[in-house]
Amino acid sequence: MTTSSTLRLDGIGIGTLSDVSMAVPPGDIHCLSGPSGSGKSRLLRAVADLEPHAGEAWLGEVAQSSLPAHDWRTRVMLVPAESQWWADSVGEHLPASPAAEDLAALGFEASVLGWQVSRLSSGEKQRLALLRAIAQAPSALLLDEPTANLDDATTRRVEAWLMGNARRRGWPVLWVAHDPDQIARVANRHWRIDGIELRAEEVAPWR
Amino acid sequence: MEVIPLAWWQLALAALMVVGLAGCTAALRLGMGRGLLIAAARTVIQLGLIGLVLEALFAAERLLWVVLMAMAMLLIAGREVMARQKRRLSGGWAFGIGTLAMFLSSFTVTVLTLIVIIGPEPWYRPQYAIPLLGMLLGNTMTGVALALDRLTDSAWHQRAVIENRLMLGQTWQVAIGDIRREAMRSGLMPMINAMAAAGVVSLPGMMTGQILAGTAPGLAVKYQILIMFAITLGTGFGTLAAVAAGSRRLFDGRERLRLDRLVAPRR
Repeated sequence: MTTSSTLRLDGIGIGTLSDVSMAVPPGDIHCLSGPSGSGKSRLLRAVADLEPHAGEAWLGEVAQSSLPAHDWRTRVMLVPAESQWWADSVGEHLPASPAAEDLAALGFEASVLGWQVSRLSSGEKQRLALLRAIAQAPSALLLDEPTANLDDATTRRVEAWLMGNARRRGWPVLWVAHDPDQIARVANRHWRIDGIELRAEEVAPWR
Repeated sequence: MEVIPLAWWQLALAALMVVGLAGCTAALRLGMGRGLLIAAARTVIQLGLIGLVLEALFAAERLLWVVLMAMAMLLIAGREVMARQKRRLSGGWAFGIGTLAMFLSSFTVTVLTLIVIIGPEPWYRPQYAIPLLGMLLGNTMTGVALALDRLTDSAWHQRAVIENRLMLGQTWQVAIGDIRREAMRSGLMPMINAMAAAGVVSLPGMMTGQILAGTAPGLAVKYQILIMFAITLGTGFGTLAAVAAGSRRLFDGRERLRLDRLVAPRR
């Protein structure tokens, strides 16, 4: 386990967004919202270095460009809104069996590893994609609408699990969200995409 | 044993039957008549011309002419590889990778087969060199074209999978590994099938030709085996090189999938 470090965006420019700078301290969740097409997902892709972009991202003292791209992506893990599964069974996508408490927290049992991918519902895929991502032992998370396909009860469960893990393992989390209530529940800070720049929004005070 | 000469009027008889076939398909409105006739005409013109070229080449027996001929064949094959891909790499890479892969494999295997195995005097004797290279290039071309087409088309269709694998920290080689294997398979499958069916289902063309020309079947068989191995080597290494270079080109230095390097299909 690497020591926790801050995820810093330094002048990132991609698509219509330009010169995006922010810092997400370890254990914090920063939510990102904005109209569809405003470039939220592409910003996450730039931070994961999946698309050519301007600027630099830092994890602690380590610059994105100083690491081989696959090492950077292992540390700064992007979980896309729609996960893809290429092998037949769930277990083939995971390097090792996840901890029982993580499985349970997301509503699964160990037998899920033997399930056929073709039979998964979209909600199951979404939760399993989170498990699969953290099984790579990342140091920071980029989440693109991680609860989009989940019902209310499951959404709360996943939120609690993500918040607990982020705090305990010291992950900085950048979380794309639509639902204002969800943002109020999980975010330490909230950024709204406004045209070509990010604007800090007030986070609900009762947190 | 002498080869029975063929007169032009005897060929005209066969041509007449092809015209008859075209007429039948046209009458049934199958829409193949035109294409059939054009292809048949191309066969006559192209083979007639190459007959003249080969006769001149055999008479001259000069290395320079053989090399020029080989180069012309290579470039035409390279163009053909490019034209057969639905979504090809842009900026000359499709032509470059295909041509280089065929050059490396076909030429090496041809020269090796000529010098080490057959050993004609001189080694570039056009009667051996040109047909050998032609058979190799023709098959390598098919393999390389199929493999590159499969590679780029699959990468385009499965881009979400490839990118998701990259997000999970896989290297680009792992992320496109399945697609590479599939591409390799499509490139080599025709040759593996041909070898498996040789002599049982099909009588290979070259062997049949040699037997028609009066060669003893035993010798014709030996040549055919040699040719099939040479073709397999050429196709295999050519496909290998093309798939390696092609898949590398689909990613940039930061291991990003760069589908913007593919040309969109026409229409």
